[in-house]
Amino acid sequence: MDTLLDVRNLTVKFALRDSALTAVNNVSFTLNRGERLGLVGESGAGKSVTGFSIINLVSKPGFIADGSVWFDGRDLATLSQEEMRKVRGNRISMIFQDPMMTLNPVLTIGTQMVETVLAHRNVSKAEAEAIAMDKLRKVYINSPEKRLKQYPHEFSGGMRQRIVIAIALLTDPALIIADEPTTALDVTIQAEIMDLLLELCRTEDMGLILITHDLGVVSQVTQKVAVMYAGSIVELGETEQVCSNPQHPYTRGLIAALPEAATGSRLNQIPGSMPNLAEIPVGCAFNNRCELGKGACFTTVPQLERKQSGVFAACHELE
Amino acid sequence: MFAFIIRRVAQALLVMFVISIIGFGIKYSFGDPVREMVGMSVSAADREALRDQLGLNDPIVVQWTRFVDKALHGDLGRSFFYRKPATEVIMKKAPATLELVFCSALIILLVSIPAGIYAAVHPKSFLSRCLMGISIIGVSVPVFLTAILLIYIFAVELHWLPSYGRGETVQLWGFWDSGLVTLDGLKHLILPSIALSSIMLPLFIRLIRAEMKEVLQTEYVKFARAKGLTPWRVLMVHGFKNTLLPVITVGGVQIGIMIAYTILTETVFQWQGMGFMFIEAVERSDTSLLVAYLIFVGALFVTVNTVVDIIYGLVNPMVRVSGRK
Repeated sequence: MDTLLDVRNLTVKFALRDSALTAVNNVSFTLNRGERLGLVGESGAGKSVTGFSIINLVSKPGFIADGSVWFDGRDLATLSQEEMRKVRGNRISMIFQDPMMTLNPVLTIGTQMVETVLAHRNVSKAEAEAIAMDKLRKVYINSPEKRLKQYPHEFSGGMRQRIVIAIALLTDPALIIADEPTTALDVTIQAEIMDLLLELCRTEDMGLILITHDLGVVSQVTQKVAVMYAGSIVELGETEQVCSNPQHPYTRGLIAALPEAATGSRLNQIPGSMPNLAEIPVGCAFNNRCELGKGACFTTVPQLERKQSGVFAACHELE
Repeated sequence: MFAFIIRRVAQALLVMFVISIIGFGIKYSFGDPVREMVGMSVSAADREALRDQLGLNDPIVVQWTRFVDKALHGDLGRSFFYRKPATEVIMKKAPATLELVFCSALIILLVSIPAGIYAAVHPKSFLSRCLMGISIIGVSVPVFLTAILLIYIFAVELHWLPSYGRGETVQLWGFWDSGLVTLDGLKHLILPSIALSSIMLPLFIRLIRAEMKEVLQTEYVKFARAKGLTPWRVLMVHGFKNTLLPVITVGGVQIGIMIAYTILTETVFQWQGMGFMFIEAVERSDTSLLVAYLIFVGALFVTVNTVVDIIYGLVNPMVRVSGRK
């Protein structure tokens, strides 16, 4: 299998008046062609920032401070603005969280789809429309020629997210980054959209980075998973292994907190809350909530290493 | 969209109806036309006969209907001072005011859009900070002071531009005295247009900047970037088109207000327009002309606002849907 994406030691910082906060700290992972990776963690763990930094689109005052993002043999972090623009929406597409906010309210669906094709392909407007209609059919939207003339407010939330997915498919990308694609949707629609995404990834042989805090979705859709905590990856491995035999105390806490693990009794929880980025403890960021915490945890940052079970985890206390 | 236009026009007619009542009310309660016409030497019986003949003893509703009917046929009464139909007097003065407002609106449009967008995209640059500072001054200084300052600098000290009047005008289509087609006329337009735009321009720069800044933070602009569109298209199509909505709403009202503001500017620059005429009419207690001015400006204001509303409907698809119901 050949590597599609290789993120090495990625560090993203947010500039403050005279200091900088580290939102993503020394993150590394790889993704093979057609492979699906889940990026899980709580709000503020740095999942979205990691996703956006891959296409170098971190909102100001954020910036990539260190590391490289190798994609198709090029380091995306060093590309010029114009070269990067040609990669965005072309080789790598994004799906955003809230479909109510993602589509521009004053432009028709047709305009928003055609402009994407025209930004990357040298085709006529009619050809671009034909591509758009083809992709709308792929996400099961009926009578696409009529839909192209409609505005976003004429669609329901689930349909809008299908349209966003169709936009992501327009240029047959090698990788889709989906940032919590179902969080803003109804539970019944969530499963529908996830199934659609999974089916498309399989039929079109696309890679997927699924950013979510829903471990259930991760276990159904992805082959690999990276668990993030306070800006760092704390556990990385095959989804099946991580879910059935979690190593890092944080991952174990997360899995134990799933409703399925506590049928009929009170839900389990991890005591405390994730530290603010400005107050990350010295040593292991998880040390103040961890039951294993001992000497080294309070002095040195643990590195991601292969543990006995085969997954990678960043913890001093694991063998 | 058609239903939406019909509704807007109906609303405009309602406003005009109210304006006609106010105009008629002023005309009805101020001054006695008979006394103005015949003087003191005519007997009471003759006066009464004349009143009957003029219809001044008819019920008030009949009089109002007659007033509206005449107004619809372009007859807004006679100006006492000019001894001419008020419509004729206004039509003679209107081109000067409308050309002034047009030039100011053009200045506002051409300067505020690029300046506002620039200030939104580079909020921390030196130029943006200067723009914001100057705009505060622009809003705060009254028009007549700006006008006098402009005259002092560019006319009195530098001798670059004329200080008053319209200069050489050319009559177009037999009724429109235009200063736009001669070099001298254009030179005379520069200072008054700048003075008139001095309040609205900073307001628009600030409005466009604030709206654009907000729009640029939205998810759909971020998504447009993630789609790999060129920065220009993201800014102008995804950003500016959404910025336009509030700007159009405010702009429509402001153009109407600007027609009223010309009174100050025209007085300072001795500009022979409607505003100048209005001040003269007030001084001469020329009620007929005042009422005619009120109705003419009212109609202009309502027309501009209706057109703006329809343009708003064209830009914002959501309005069209509610109009369809």
